[in-house]
Amino acid sequence: MNIHEFQAKEILKRFGVVVPRSIVAATAEDAKKAAQELGGGVCVVKAQIHAGGRGKGGGVKVVKSPDEAAARAGEMLGKNLVTHQTGPEGRRVRRVLVEQGLNIARELYLAMVLDRTQSRVTVICSSEGGVEIEEVAEKHPEKILKETIDPVVGLTAFQCRRVAFALGIPAELTGKFVGVMQGLYRAYDECDAALAEINPLVITKEGQVLALDAKMNFDSNAFFRQKDIVALRDTDEEDPREVEASKFDLSYISLDGNIACMVNGAGLAMATMDIIKFYGGEPANFLDVGGGADKAKVANAFHILLADDRVKGVLINIFGGIMRCDILAQGVVDAARELSIKVPLVVRMQGTNVEQGRMILAGSGLTIITAETMAEAAEKIVNAVKARKG
Amino acid sequence: MSILVNKNTRVLTQGITGATGQFHTKACKEYGTAMVAGVTPGKGGTAYEGIPIYDTVDKAVRETGANATVIYVPPPFAADAILEAADADIPLIICITEGVPVRDMVKVKRFLAGRSSQLLGPNCPGTITPGECKIGIMPGHIHRPGSIGVVSRSGTLTYEAVDQLTRLGMGQSSCVGIGGDPVHGFDFLDVLKLFNDDPATEAVVMIGEIGGSSEEEAAAWIKTNMKKPMAGFIAGQTAPSGKRMGHAGAIISGGKGTASEKIAAMKQAGIRMASSPADIGRSIQEALGQ
Repeated sequence: MNIHEFQAKEILKRFGVVVPRSIVAATAEDAKKAAQELGGGVCVVKAQIHAGGRGKGGGVKVVKSPDEAAARAGEMLGKNLVTHQTGPEGRRVRRVLVEQGLNIARELYLAMVLDRTQSRVTVICSSEGGVEIEEVAEKHPEKILKETIDPVVGLTAFQCRRVAFALGIPAELTGKFVGVMQGLYRAYDECDAALAEINPLVITKEGQVLALDAKMNFDSNAFFRQKDIVALRDTDEEDPREVEASKFDLSYISLDGNIACMVNGAGLAMATMDIIKFYGGEPANFLDVGGGADKAKVANAFHILLADDRVKGVLINIFGGIMRCDILAQGVVDAARELSIKVPLVVRMQGTNVEQGRMILAGSGLTIITAETMAEAAEKIVNAVKARKG
Repeated sequence: MSILVNKNTRVLTQGITGATGQFHTKACKEYGTAMVAGVTPGKGGTAYEGIPIYDTVDKAVRETGANATVIYVPPPFAADAILEAADADIPLIICITEGVPVRDMVKVKRFLAGRSSQLLGPNCPGTITPGECKIGIMPGHIHRPGSIGVVSRSGTLTYEAVDQLTRLGMGQSSCVGIGGDPVHGFDFLDVLKLFNDDPATEAVVMIGEIGGSSEEEAAAWIKTNMKKPMAGFIAGQTAPSGKRMGHAGAIISGGKGTASEKIAAMKQAGIRMASSPADIGRSIQEALGQ
């Protein structure tokens, strides 16, 4: 789960990371007041959306007066901001962050992320702040410094100093720099984050060390103990169908194609998307109903799939280990009847009680195309969708 | 022969009184697995399906000689269950639980370093040596004893592959699901080394998915060390970047962990890659020259 910049900065502040003074505004008028409250001088107006690349997309503007803050905020608010991470449709800007201007001397990069090969959290630091770390990794890998964190002792002061000296941080600012690094690690650790990034981390001409931008996202497996973090979720930033699916504990991702699929298990769901493509179709989604799916879950999944009007066909692929095929078949038949499904439906089931399941489908009186194997199922749905078009 | 588990494996269930623990303990027992003990704190002294229940893992191991444990306890308590099993020096710990926080697993891995216990999972289907021992949630009836080793990050996709093998008349030596979480125990490489040294395994099927670099690391080792023919498949060839595809570990981030990179690395290592998930069985036949 992602959160907004202003929310990430509030978290970092709690852990002792210094952030610029700033005020969130939802209207141009509020943006003007915010700029006045911040002293009426140079400010930065920043669009708050869950996507990177805002600066290049026109979502970050330096302003010299409260009136200009109002003008720039007015241009951003209510409009869709397009960046390389939003897709061509962009994201609606609902809030801006009005932030004090700073006299920046240096920009650095600082992040915490899980290193999967070591099963440890790793600090990534670079002298190249304000640019994307992937770009630095490609062009100047030597400029990236890493420190691996032992979970028993956390991020140690000596590790932070090692990074500070390697980056050439002035000796008198080392203490502040160490404080920021350790604060960021504590925020990452205590909030069960999956990523915590400060880009850029700035050193001002006055000798301050601050987080000019902040990005955090979180491990959803830890939500049972992170109620404060869960409260920061902004469903306006998510695909409405994905939000709906999450209410029923379904794992759903919207894609660009027209063949909807419902599968049990994430690996098999991805493989089902792949095989649709292999036979010349385009999957409309990833949907994992999970191992223990019951009738209600199947019905809810169906509702979500069919709510997408681009869908021209549905493929159900279930390998019932724990899940019984007869229960699944009944769920499919009930849901198909209730929703009076109008697009071709192919069902492929394997596993426990598969014969009873097939009989339920055959005896339903509905036009359900059945298939024995994954390949047959994919071929049938792709052909059925093509036949209707042609 | 086989890897990890066989007819001499004596299995403890942690979380035996929960619905999931009960269901699968019963299914494994019916399959023929020696289910010797259960643990649920506070339920010591009772029994389930004739299996004695203990309050602590330590006591269960001392009294029953369990040498493997399977964990079904809910996510908030799963890490502690692994620690308790490792503290009792159980050689093989299998954690089925889905949804264990990454932070907990980072600590668990640190705790396991230098100890004798080995961990499979979490968020995995478990492991089976057909005809001898089934530990986990896979449907037993699709498996047949034989000589193909199977290692996979996925659950149901593994069942799909095993089903294809069985229909083609190819039984399995052992099947191991390593799970789809970013921090886990056994990796592809660990399991492949065991298969390489197992005389009962003739060939190996490896099923990966997008995210991380485990497949690439395994491929680098396979290229120079693997003595047996292999076939493979990578799920998620059509997955978009930046979206987590169900498994916490299945995400393409910063352009890394794509299916095409993994497929290229595996092909280079000499693995016969199935272009469609329906061809996994046929690919291993081809790799064996059949």
